[in-house]
Amino acid sequence: MMQNTKKFTLLLLAAVLAAPVTAKELLNSSYDIARELFAEINPLFIEHYKQQTGETLEIKQSHGGSSRQAQAIIQGLRADVVTFNQSTDIDILHQRGNLLPADWRDRLANNSSPYYSTMAFLVRKGNPKQISSWADLTKDGVGLVFPNPKTSGNARYTYLGAYGDALARFDNDEQKAQQWLQTFLSRVVVFDTGGRGATTSFVDRELGDVLITFESEVNNIIAQYPEQQFERVVPPTNVLAEFPVAWIDKNIQRNGTEQQAKAYLTYLYSKEAQQVLARYFYRVHNPDVIEATKAQFPPTSLFTVEQVFGSWEQVQQQHFASGALLDKLLAQGKR
Amino acid sequence: MSQTSLNSRQRWLRPLLISSGVVLTLLLLVVPLIFIFVAAFSAGIGGVWRNLAEPDMLHAIGLTLLVAGLTVPINLIFGTLIAWCVTRFSFPGRRLLLTLIDIPFAVSPVVAGLLYLLLYGSNGPFASLLDQHDVQLMFAWPGLVMVTVFVSCPFVVRELVPLMSTLGTEQEEAAVLLGASGWQVFWHITLPNIRWALLYGVILTNARAVGEFGAVSVVSGTIRGQTNTLPLHIELLQQDYNTAGAFIAAALLTLIAIATLVVKAFLQWKLARQE
Repeated sequence: MMQNTKKFTLLLLAAVLAAPVTAKELLNSSYDIARELFAEINPLFIEHYKQQTGETLEIKQSHGGSSRQAQAIIQGLRADVVTFNQSTDIDILHQRGNLLPADWRDRLANNSSPYYSTMAFLVRKGNPKQISSWADLTKDGVGLVFPNPKTSGNARYTYLGAYGDALARFDNDEQKAQQWLQTFLSRVVVFDTGGRGATTSFVDRELGDVLITFESEVNNIIAQYPEQQFERVVPPTNVLAEFPVAWIDKNIQRNGTEQQAKAYLTYLYSKEAQQVLARYFYRVHNPDVIEATKAQFPPTSLFTVEQVFGSWEQVQQQHFASGALLDKLLAQGKR
Repeated sequence: MSQTSLNSRQRWLRPLLISSGVVLTLLLLVVPLIFIFVAAFSAGIGGVWRNLAEPDMLHAIGLTLLVAGLTVPINLIFGTLIAWCVTRFSFPGRRLLLTLIDIPFAVSPVVAGLLYLLLYGSNGPFASLLDQHDVQLMFAWPGLVMVTVFVSCPFVVRELVPLMSTLGTEQEEAAVLLGASGWQVFWHITLPNIRWALLYGVILTNARAVGEFGAVSVVSGTIRGQTNTLPLHIELLQQDYNTAGAFIAAALLTLIAIATLVVKAFLQWKLARQE
């Protein structure tokens, strides 16, 4: 025991004092549910980079809601790279802080999105309400759980996915689609501020019949709570959710980490990294990995936000700004 | 007659009141407290040890101690100076100063964090100056210390001012007349008189510094193994579905709190005896 205490104190001292290490350090600012993912990818990259260059890197992670993470970077958090789940949050780094160029999307393949996902429904054991498509979600007596689209990127995709599907169903009749969307929104039992909060509401507090979140997260929840025997439903038409990455030019110049930061993000496209990503149920671009993991991902026809709604800036203005469509539909739904 | 009925009523009223008090205390205080430790040890001794030996956890513990270790002496010196100022001298603005000291109690810690972020962040007035010298305050440990000093600065002052006002200045004046230097007066007269109150203030400061969440969360940037204090780490562990780990961290904070309370109770008793 005595020895244990001593060892503990030593470890503690070492942990605090070792903070300013001499090895090059990369700081990856990421969204809140990606911790386990990067905890697995980072050691692989460190090993890979060491083999390539002989240099040993250290990678630090910061996780939080991606808008909040972007805000922190604008205010001085010196992240070298961002791996977000919302491209608007990277755009803001250009607009507000001029920390990277406007055309950051074109610097890496696939719109700088090494992996992507789509929305899926998590339903209770045996799918008692028989949910298979977006349209089923407004059936009588179905309670929905997803975070607030005002605060959560995740929920913005849910909103856009539902709306996009409704537009397709009603032959682009906006009025009918919006009417349906209003019913859809009125079925929400609780609007949590973030994805994990919504998960808690659905799983622990047992609210609602359907939790809507990223496909990757749905699969993780199923794996996390095997005793509940949740089931996954991927609707046949769906929105493509990009997971954009970028290096922050201003910060990598100051930190002297340009080469490392670029190598890190490029590595996310490698077969090794894509295998890990697929294991976390993200959809990837590497053909070999796609072939090997085909069974995991039900086919669905994906539309991009740009195809249906125009640029994210327009989407923000028309749908999510104060007093825009979302607010109107929510207010009408309450009446 | 009326005497006996009162007595008989008292006979059942007293145990009822006492037992309901005890039950409430148990339900509201003791059970949750015990539950923290039960939940923490649900992972088993090995699990507790593994969680504690995690580099991120160790760093969070170390950082929390570092922040508290810097905050307490800063506020000890600052608080004593202010209390000395307002109780030993009379000057215009004295009352205003006393009121200003309470600001950290009046504003929400989150607001405090935001204020510091706006002032010392990259959009603040000092941004280019800090940048030139490559000084990083926000999203690094100095920022954590700054906001913690802010939110916990009234404790020492609040403890000292009432005591020093009642003590009066006679003893100190006598010492000065006998030729004592300012430092001697403080060391031999004032300090022995205020030491218990001072310690009490230090303990409260420490408790607040260790447990602070709101202000710290704004300026931390939550970089694991770098700017993550113990209270922030609890939230992160919870978000990682590592409930046992979160409770272990919470139990650790609770232990610190209990230790603080024990020391506080002892000091209170000592203080009462001294007076």
